[in-house]
Amino acid sequence: MKKVGNHTSFSRILFFCLALSLSFSFASYAQDAAPAADAGQEAAASAGAGDPAKGKELFNSLCAACHKLDAKMTGPALRGVSEKHDREWLYKWVRNSSELIKSGDAAAVKLFAENNNQVMTAFPQLSNEDIDNILAYTSEPAPVVEKKTPGGEPVAQEGGASNNLILGALVLVLLVLIVMLVLVNTTLRKVAAANGVDVSKKGNTISFWQAYARNQFLVLVTSILLLLSGAYFLYGYLMQIGVDQGYEPIQPIHFSHKIHAGENGIDCKYCHSSARVSKTSGIPSLNVCMNCHKNISEFTGSKDSTYVEYSKEFYTAEIQKLYDAVGWDKSAQQYTGKTKPVKWVRIHNLPDFVYFNHSQHVSVAGVECQTCHGPVETFEIMKQNAPLTMGWCINCHRETNVKVEGNDYYKKIHDELAKKYGVQKLTAANMGGTECGKCHY
Amino acid sequence: MASNKKYWQSVEELNENSSIVETLRNNEFVEEIPTDEFLGNEEAMSSSSTSRRDFLKYVGFSTAAASLAACEGPVIKSIPYVVQPEEIIPGVADYYATTIADGFDFANILIKTREGRPIKVENNRMPGSGISANARVYASVLSLYDSMRLKQPMVAGKPASWEEVDTRVKAGLAEAAASGGQVVLLTNTMASPSTDKLIAEFGAKYANFKHVVYDSVSSSEALDAYQAVYGERALANYDLSSADVIVAVGADFLGDWQGGGYDTGYAGKRIPKQGKMSKHIQMEANLTLSGSNADKRIPLTVTQQKHALVHLYNEVTGSSVSVPAVGEKYAAEVKKAAKQLKDAGSKGVVMTGLDDVNAQLLVIAINQALQSEAFKPEEARYTRKGDAKQVQALINDIKAGSVSALIMSGVNPVYTLPNGAEFKEALGKVKLSVAFSMKEDETAAHTTVAAAAPHYLESWGDVVITKGTYSVTQPTIRPLFDTRQLQDALLSWSGNSQSYYEYLKASSSEFFTGKSWNQLVHDGISVSENVPALTAGAADFGGAASALAGAKATGDFELVLYTKTGMGDGQQANNPWLQEFPDPITRASWDNYVTVAKADAEKLGLENYHVANGGLNGSYATLEVNGIKLEKVPVMIQPGQAVGTLGLSLGYGRTAAMKQEMQVGINAYPVYKNFNSFQSAKISKGNGDHEFACLQLQKTLMGRGDIVKETTLEIFNTKDASEWNEVPQVSLDHSEVASTSVDLWESFDRTVGHHFNLSIDLNACTGCGACVIACHSENNVPVVGKSEVRRSRDMHWLRIDRYYSSEETFAEDVELKENTSGLMNSISTFNAMEDPAENPQVAFQPVFCQHCNHAPCETVCPVAATSHGRQGQNHMAYNRCVGTRYCANNCPYKVRRFNWFLYNKNSEFDYHMNDDLGRMVLNPDVNVRSRGVMEKCSLCLQMTQATILKAKREGRPVAKDEFSTACSEACGSGALVFGDINNPEDTVTKLKEDDRMYHLLEHVGTQPNVFFQVKVRNT
Repeated sequence: MKKVGNHTSFSRILFFCLALSLSFSFASYAQDAAPAADAGQEAAASAGAGDPAKGKELFNSLCAACHKLDAKMTGPALRGVSEKHDREWLYKWVRNSSELIKSGDAAAVKLFAENNNQVMTAFPQLSNEDIDNILAYTSEPAPVVEKKTPGGEPVAQEGGASNNLILGALVLVLLVLIVMLVLVNTTLRKVAAANGVDVSKKGNTISFWQAYARNQFLVLVTSILLLLSGAYFLYGYLMQIGVDQGYEPIQPIHFSHKIHAGENGIDCKYCHSSARVSKTSGIPSLNVCMNCHKNISEFTGSKDSTYVEYSKEFYTAEIQKLYDAVGWDKSAQQYTGKTKPVKWVRIHNLPDFVYFNHSQHVSVAGVECQTCHGPVETFEIMKQNAPLTMGWCINCHRETNVKVEGNDYYKKIHDELAKKYGVQKLTAANMGGTECGKCHY
Repeated sequence: MASNKKYWQSVEELNENSSIVETLRNNEFVEEIPTDEFLGNEEAMSSSSTSRRDFLKYVGFSTAAASLAACEGPVIKSIPYVVQPEEIIPGVADYYATTIADGFDFANILIKTREGRPIKVENNRMPGSGISANARVYASVLSLYDSMRLKQPMVAGKPASWEEVDTRVKAGLAEAAASGGQVVLLTNTMASPSTDKLIAEFGAKYANFKHVVYDSVSSSEALDAYQAVYGERALANYDLSSADVIVAVGADFLGDWQGGGYDTGYAGKRIPKQGKMSKHIQMEANLTLSGSNADKRIPLTVTQQKHALVHLYNEVTGSSVSVPAVGEKYAAEVKKAAKQLKDAGSKGVVMTGLDDVNAQLLVIAINQALQSEAFKPEEARYTRKGDAKQVQALINDIKAGSVSALIMSGVNPVYTLPNGAEFKEALGKVKLSVAFSMKEDETAAHTTVAAAAPHYLESWGDVVITKGTYSVTQPTIRPLFDTRQLQDALLSWSGNSQSYYEYLKASSSEFFTGKSWNQLVHDGISVSENVPALTAGAADFGGAASALAGAKATGDFELVLYTKTGMGDGQQANNPWLQEFPDPITRASWDNYVTVAKADAEKLGLENYHVANGGLNGSYATLEVNGIKLEKVPVMIQPGQAVGTLGLSLGYGRTAAMKQEMQVGINAYPVYKNFNSFQSAKISKGNGDHEFACLQLQKTLMGRGDIVKETTLEIFNTKDASEWNEVPQVSLDHSEVASTSVDLWESFDRTVGHHFNLSIDLNACTGCGACVIACHSENNVPVVGKSEVRRSRDMHWLRIDRYYSSEETFAEDVELKENTSGLMNSISTFNAMEDPAENPQVAFQPVFCQHCNHAPCETVCPVAATSHGRQGQNHMAYNRCVGTRYCANNCPYKVRRFNWFLYNKNSEFDYHMNDDLGRMVLNPDVNVRSRGVMEKCSLCLQMTQATILKAKREGRPVAKDEFSTACSEACGSGALVFGDINNPEDTVTKLKEDDRMYHLLEHVGTQPNVFFQVKVRNT
């Protein structure tokens, strides 16, 4: 009879816990769902009455290589440029600025000097209407800069905070549970004592362990099982020593392969160019980064793009780290000459006694980078995808056919070997790709 | 009977009542052990809360924690360039053409660089580059990374900046100009036209300016003779590829004679083609490389050599200068040689290395009379320019105090002058002394300014090695230290704001035509089409002959000073590769010694003997030359040494700016009086024995003609190959069959793909050892030091065995062995055969891993660390090797080397691999082996793989003779030829089919992929 009562109290506790945890998680959802209010902008009527939408198109295709709306790039910032200069003058300037400068126009000469004597490309093909459109676009008011939340925490970290809350709640629930259980136990004992039941008394049967020890067959089987599984786990443990699959260290600059190779679709070998000709794929030197980042000084991907995991400010700060290292002064648009090399943490570490050549695999065999490095274009943080063990290498050599098409080196050897082995296609192993000396010297 | 003897331990015991004796009887220790000091402080002991048990707990815990923490892998950083130089791709080697001209060695070379650091020297095979690199040139890349280099300029022994140096020097020069004192520039032979021009411009400012050229090892007399006849201070060049009969009198032209580099032309003519090869007769005192390669070697004392030269002169020109006969033993031989020379006519040539103007004049006279095609005075060589008389005059001037400024570059007179000590003292009288030196050497340590000079791989320059060629030296690395080269300093001191590079570029147009500057720097050399003809002046040859005929022996020993192939003049003495390089003749490393003929050694009681651990010991001797005593000179008994002569090499015994291990040998420069390499000396036995580090103790082949197969040109031309290149027979089913037809294993089909073979032509190999150093630098072979070498633990992957005949010729050895029968007779004969003859024949045989198709090493490896590749190379997986050394024991060629210790980053082996700078020379494509691992020649697997990859990437088959190894690339004489025998076009394929081809130990059935060509002697 008493048992029933206990049972109800236990389920009550469970329900309470559930309710508690639910309330926490609701709270966290509520935070996540806060609307990312975009400051809606009304197209302002401009003086030239051009079409800002068309203007934006033109601006992006013709002007954006050198100009930004709000920041100085190769050329000056263009927002509100129509207020600074006379419209007729602007037409002339855009169509052929150097002529204007030659003619000795004071404003033109001054502007030219202000921008490091960089000649602006002439656009004689633009009609007055086109230029009006562009100017209409440049005359749109700047978007209201989002006010930062008091903490200024990036989105991802807010998510982290709510996770912490859930964890905290769970711990609390567990604690409550334990307390309850202890309480129940004591209550039960008290009840038992009150009823005169001797809880500690045990029956006169032999214990489980004694029975087990008497059954020699069982003991033998279990010990063999134990030994085997022990050996299995030991082997597994030993085999993973020095294997760093999944190694994902924190790098000095948060470089996202997901953005570069994935979203922007930059070819791997654009940056890792030496993979084509050298044994190392090469960590790109910083001047390679600057090929693009001279112009891309801030992260402009929209916040709700699927590939963005951190905030705009976060990424822009990482680009700034690059500028600091390479010594690029963003505002003056020139190199300061003060450089500090970036100390990347090396992820793929082959031992010294192995010789691996990227060009053999990339240029000759035409192996995709992803074959060994995994879907790098989806990696926000670079990690070691393959185990890089010898077995892994050899396996691939055994399974992969040699790419012989269009390579005169292989022609004769391949034909003769194929005849010898009586196969159509030869694997790297057939060609001697599993001999010790091919990789160890 | 019981003994009543009592043994006293001390006098004190005689005193029965002595308290000391009583105390000692009871106490083990005379003084009480001061336990109180650490246990007496009761208070501290009791207040301490750490019990012994706790202590053990802490120790245990911290050990466990430390080992747990150690399980974590290290974090490795990769740091890319901020701005990557256009020409550098990490992982890809760049090559730069440059020229070495260090005053002793001259060669056009290529420098292999990786990630901007030079790691290897290779031959520049552009047309016009006549001198191929020798062992020292190959090793020079390591001298760049010498940790004992001068890292910044020093003024008065203190580190200073170049501004301070400039101020000090300019003040000194101004003072000299004002006082009218002499301003002297003392340099080595630079053979640099633009530097000469610059020096002339610099000197024009001073009324009393002199430029003195000083060669530490002088060829002054040869220069004097050439100057007397042809009017220019230079040396005649020789083209030995157009000589049929070569007679060399005391000239080691395969060694360092007049700058060396004659081996390419010589070796080409030594390989029998259409039944013809050149005949080489060598008359000399020390056994040299040239003498070892000669068809006929006549050991003569220096006086006899002079007389022999007059005999040659008489025979060829038909003069009749009266001259004594050349001893009893060799008079007929000299006569015969003279006859052969005359018969050869324009195909004959004579060379001499005697430091005697008359001898040098006679050689010119004989070659002129022969109208020798090989003698090329018009292609004047500028590899030596030193003037002994001017140097002597300068020393006198310095002593007299009339020199107020002395600028030195590339010389180390305190060490290399016979009166170096005097020079050091006299330096104090010079107000301004500047030494441009890479190291704070003996001289630089005593000058006012020690100007840190760059290595030649960090400098610009130009060199005219022979007339008609113009070579460029270009830097291959940014200067490692705060250094400045002489030319830059001279420009700045003469108020010229140009850098030497600009100056060189501007002035170079005067010296070459037909190329752009960039093309010149790319090629490294420019050759002008027409060399102006030369008119010979008159000289008193008859008078020279009479004077030479009058030479008389003094009665003492005749000491012949020479330079060793490894050490040269000693400027690279701190180079561990060169120290460990075994001398090609004596096979001893880490030493110099006096070489003595066996007959003389017996008279003097000097001996060489082997000790139980396999080391060679030799007596010490005391040498006395002109009153100067050299004590404790180790004695090496040298077969072939002319009786009555001694040999001693220069270049050793340096101590300044040297690592402790490298300070070996005896400095012989103090007895190099008047820069004459021939001195009369007294020798006597000293006390004690010297321990040599000699790599080869067996001297003879014991008549085993199948190891080094050889024959005479006559037999080669007239008889079938099966007679002089017999295939060994083995017994199969009780009948004799050719060993090549028997096979214990299934053969692997190697007809598809590449199959590498290496051919070694014993006729072309001069034993120079350039390949040994090239192998070191390509394969990261460690240096182990003298005591390890003495224990036969040397690591050379490539050794060049040297054998002497125990009879007059090797053929007689074979005959003797075959005719020996009976137990007692055999024992005594074989005992006698261990000793080489007085004037033996010499054979060199390079031996390295033979890459057997049926390798005995592979079958015994318990862990399959050594296995066979289908391309013919025997692979060695170091990471798999557990060091059982079974393979080395089972190798019939003894070519495997075991790492007894960790040779890198180990202060016990303080050579280049122990400092950061020295490790920069390591080849990143080859593993650095660790302790307990077996290693050996891989046939430069990394190079063949790189060649294959290059072809694959370019999508083409590998071209003819495209494959090479470090040794075959380094071989200037063409003795080592590497290639793919599955490519019918490769040279090695034809060589494999040659009649002269044989394998080493063919009867063992190992079927090596390395083969030899029978040595043919033109006797």
